Amino acid sequence: MPSHSLNLRAIIVSLAIMVLFLLAWHIAVSGLTKTQAMDPEYAALMGASATTGKSAMPGPVDVASTIWGHLKDPFYDRGPNDKGIGIQILYSIGRVALGYGLAVMVAVPLGFLIGMSPLMSKALDPYIQLLKPVSPLAWMPLALFTIKDSGLSAIFVIFICSLWPMLINTAFGVSATRKEWLNVARTLEVGPLRRAFTVILPAAAPTILTGMRISIGIAWLVIVAAEMLVGGTGIGYFVWNEWNNLSITNVITSILLIGLVGMVLDQILARAQRLVTFPE
Amino acid sequence: MNALTPLAEIRAARPAEFPETSRMPSDKFLSIEGIARRYPSPGGKQTTVFENLWLPMRKGEFVCMIGHSGCGKTTVLNILAGLEAPSEGVVIADGKAIEGPSLDRAVIFQGHALLPWRTVLGNVAYAVSSRWRGAAKAEIDERARRAIATVGLAGSENKRPAELSGGMKQRVGIARALAIEPKMLLMDEPFSALDALTRGTLQDEVRRICTETGQTVFMITHDVDESIYLADKIVLMTNGPQAKVAEIVENPLPKDRSRTELHRQPGYYVLRNHLIDFLVSRSKTLRDAPPEGYDQRRPPVVRLTLTEADAAAATVG
Ligand SMILES: Nc1ncnc2c1ncn2[C@@H]1O[C@H](COP(=O)(O)OP(=O)(O)OP(=O)(O)O)[C@@H](O)[C@H]1O
Ligand SMILES: [Mg+2]
Repeated sequence: MPSHSLNLRAIIVSLAIMVLFLLAWHIAVSGLTKTQAMDPEYAALMGASATTGKSAMPGPVDVASTIWGHLKDPFYDRGPNDKGIGIQILYSIGRVALGYGLAVMVAVPLGFLIGMSPLMSKALDPYIQLLKPVSPLAWMPLALFTIKDSGLSAIFVIFICSLWPMLINTAFGVSATRKEWLNVARTLEVGPLRRAFTVILPAAAPTILTGMRISIGIAWLVIVAAEMLVGGTGIGYFVWNEWNNLSITNVITSILLIGLVGMVLDQILARAQRLVTFPE
Repeated sequence: MNALTPLAEIRAARPAEFPETSRMPSDKFLSIEGIARRYPSPGGKQTTVFENLWLPMRKGEFVCMIGHSGCGKTTVLNILAGLEAPSEGVVIADGKAIEGPSLDRAVIFQGHALLPWRTVLGNVAYAVSSRWRGAAKAEIDERARRAIATVGLAGSENKRPAELSGGMKQRVGIARALAIEPKMLLMDEPFSALDALTRGTLQDEVRRICTETGQTVFMITHDVDESIYLADKIVLMTNGPQAKVAEIVENPLPKDRSRTELHRQPGYYVLRNHLIDFLVSRSKTLRDAPPEGYDQRRPPVVRLTLTEADAAAATVG
């Protein structure tokens, strides 16, 4: 079975890359540079990097032990500046869920309308073309000014950035519904509403899900940046805060966690997409 | 009043000057009355696929239409289905002008057009529930299952179209059309994508079902033998553009013909030769030089007499 052995070999190569990377990382940050003799007071000011030759960069062991520390107690809450990484990531996921959910509720019906009506499609096209390329973070000042709430502003930014891919894909999927399927509905005298739900929606579902998958990716990218700006809570704020604390181990831990959550979100939608895609 | 009268006048004149169109004989189930189809062509002009096309159909009749590619057969069928509107003229079905698609006229599409996200049962049940709105689910399922069994697909109800062969998909298309008990069946080259063996069995099934139920059928085909086997009348279309109905050929073969014994039937050879002659040469010449006394409103009906080959075949068979 060639495909089987390919999978196996891929796993082996993946593991090898990881081991090499961890090894290189470990060697790079452990004390190889020579230390200079210096005044002990000065040495104390300079910290470990200067006195022991150890890099300020944490090694894989440090990061692993930090991750273990977070895993043991992810949800502690000791005031506004000291919350567990689990709580922070839940804040982020919550914001994304809200902004993204709102975007789904707006983009899918609106995209449907645009896809079904050539008039609306032409009329709204300039606005979509104009607003789509705007970086979501550019909306932030406007959101902060009008909404006057940093948490809601972050949700709004998520909403805005998730909107476009779903809107465009829904409109495209709806307008690309196969003519013969529509003709089936027509010869069966199916009314417009029933046709929308029984023919157009299932026909466009794979394309809509593609849009939703693109959107969730963008939303997860944007939430980190948005939270760095608005502060308070969330994984983006956590990263920024740990940078200010010079806790690089925590920053690296966050990076891994952000990647992991993004991957899970993407896989959920990929699975949903497979559920609605039927070969002909 | 003849075929050379400008169409606009004919249309304006009807029905007062043509009282027979509004007082159809009761067996004239469907009547194509002076339809035309034009498309804009580059240069601001128009191409006329066909114009002033007239064709009557009786109830329970199986009519096949034959003609070269591009002469407008699909266009005629789409107009009958109500999926397209004619540029001029009307089609009267059951005493009423066709204004749009109707559950009375079921279409079997060339590309089967099954909904891939529904199972076989789901596809047929979708049609049934459209026909009998608000019917109980059990009744809808029951009707759908019966139609599926009629086309020999019992046991495949829960498969999706992707799991079916081409012939099975086409069967589902037929079941979906039959399930709504239409007054008329419209088929656009339903078997052209199938292999010869599958095509044969499906032809048998369609013929059995249609003769059993007395279904009125309009079918487009490229296959001369298919039309001889299935049709009561074969409509010959000349080449396009400006295609005409050249002739309506009556099928002289006995009603109880079988597909495999077709070539042993008296009348088979003369009919086959006539159709092939038409496709090879007369489809072109008849458009440009219609015969003396040709009237588009009443296309000539052709009854063939036996040839020697037929007589010989008849004695062998
Ligand atoms: N949308 C369109 N715009 C312009 N011309 C068209 C359009 N649709 C069809 N036609 C023309 O109308 C003519 C008839 O088309 P139609 O599909 O009815 O042919 P057909 O007899 O069914 O051919 P075939 O046997 O290949 O299926 C063709 O010559 C085609 O070029
Ligand atoms: Mg065609």
